[in-house]
Amino acid sequence: MSIPLYDSGIASGLLSGILFGYALEAAGFGSPRKLTGQFTLRDFSVFKVMFTAVIVCAVGLYVLRTMGWMGPAAVFVPTLFFWAILLGGVFIGAGFAVGGYCPGTSVVGVASGRIDAVVFAIGMVLGTSVFAWVFDPIKDFYLAGQGPTAQTLPQLFGLPEWVILLALIIIAAVGFRLGTILERSRGGPFTAEEVCAPDDEADEFALTSASADARG
Amino acid sequence: MRDAPKAFWSPLAAGTALGLALLLTFVVTGHGLGASGFVTRFAAQANDWVAPQATADNSYFGPFMAAGSPLLSWITWEVVGVLIGAWLGAKGAGRISVKVERGPRTTSGNRLVYALLGGALVGFGARLARGCTSGLGLSGSATLAVAGFVFLIGFFAAGFAVSMMMRRIWQ
Repeated sequence: MSIPLYDSGIASGLLSGILFGYALEAAGFGSPRKLTGQFTLRDFSVFKVMFTAVIVCAVGLYVLRTMGWMGPAAVFVPTLFFWAILLGGVFIGAGFAVGGYCPGTSVVGVASGRIDAVVFAIGMVLGTSVFAWVFDPIKDFYLAGQGPTAQTLPQLFGLPEWVILLALIIIAAVGFRLGTILERSRGGPFTAEEVCAPDDEADEFALTSASADARG
Repeated sequence: MRDAPKAFWSPLAAGTALGLALLLTFVVTGHGLGASGFVTRFAAQANDWVAPQATADNSYFGPFMAAGSPLLSWITWEVVGVLIGAWLGAKGAGRISVKVERGPRTTSGNRLVYALLGGALVGFGARLARGCTSGLGLSGSATLAVAGFVFLIGFFAAGFAVSMMMRRIWQ
């Protein structure tokens, strides 16, 4: 049996999705306040969870390849289109700060009962439609700055893969330490009790913690 | 009296679980996780319900329609799975909370306007970038793709900048 299995059937989709959704929900990513707390520096969960997941998976793929269980170009690696991907990231970061979610976490928000997540999802369908209707005039921009096909960081920097992985682990460790200090100094991170409380109690929570901040 | 919801997992535990789920997805399918791909297919289908001819002629949605039912795809089942998995987790831990979640100084009405606006920016951005935080930021970066990290730089830079301009929404 060789891996990957290249099985993109219904069962494979459901299995991946269930694990993905369960992990995101357990991280607290059904809550837009917890998610946007990243950008007010009150909650570093987005950085911490994302970097941990990237490193765990990247090391796993490295081990599978090094042991010869998986070929060098076995999994899909996206190709860079510098300007569109950078600006697309900017739009998503801005929309996340304003709207409280990204596409995947909005699904978790819906499953956790958040009405604002349903409205956010409607907004995404509208934004996607606008893109399709202006696609022709922006097509040149969409294709600008194309990088080498499926280029990776080890190829870009000409370094062995383990060096890049080690660098990512060091960046993550520094980010974890710094993040923990920053979030504690701002009364975070958000707890489940805080973000799941009904609205009136949520305001109480915020006001007590704000006055505690003022005193402290 | 409600039961108190169970605490969230630590970021290290949740991140490890997420990383293993992503690794399993690569091993089974050869590609990573996503989310906005489903939104694209749903939007193509929704446009088709409203204006079938114009959607078929549209240069972005057209190819999705020409290939047959746009929603019959792996990503649809994955998103259905996310709904199920997140619901099971939230239900089991007493973390389902039906409400408009907002900052204490924002009204529910304003929050919903921001949600719609933010969603529209994210929907547009995901098509421009050819993926979202899941497909490019998480799955792309896990393959060490340059594209994934360029996306994350734009995402975090704009997130901090806009958040500073619009603190009142969440604080």
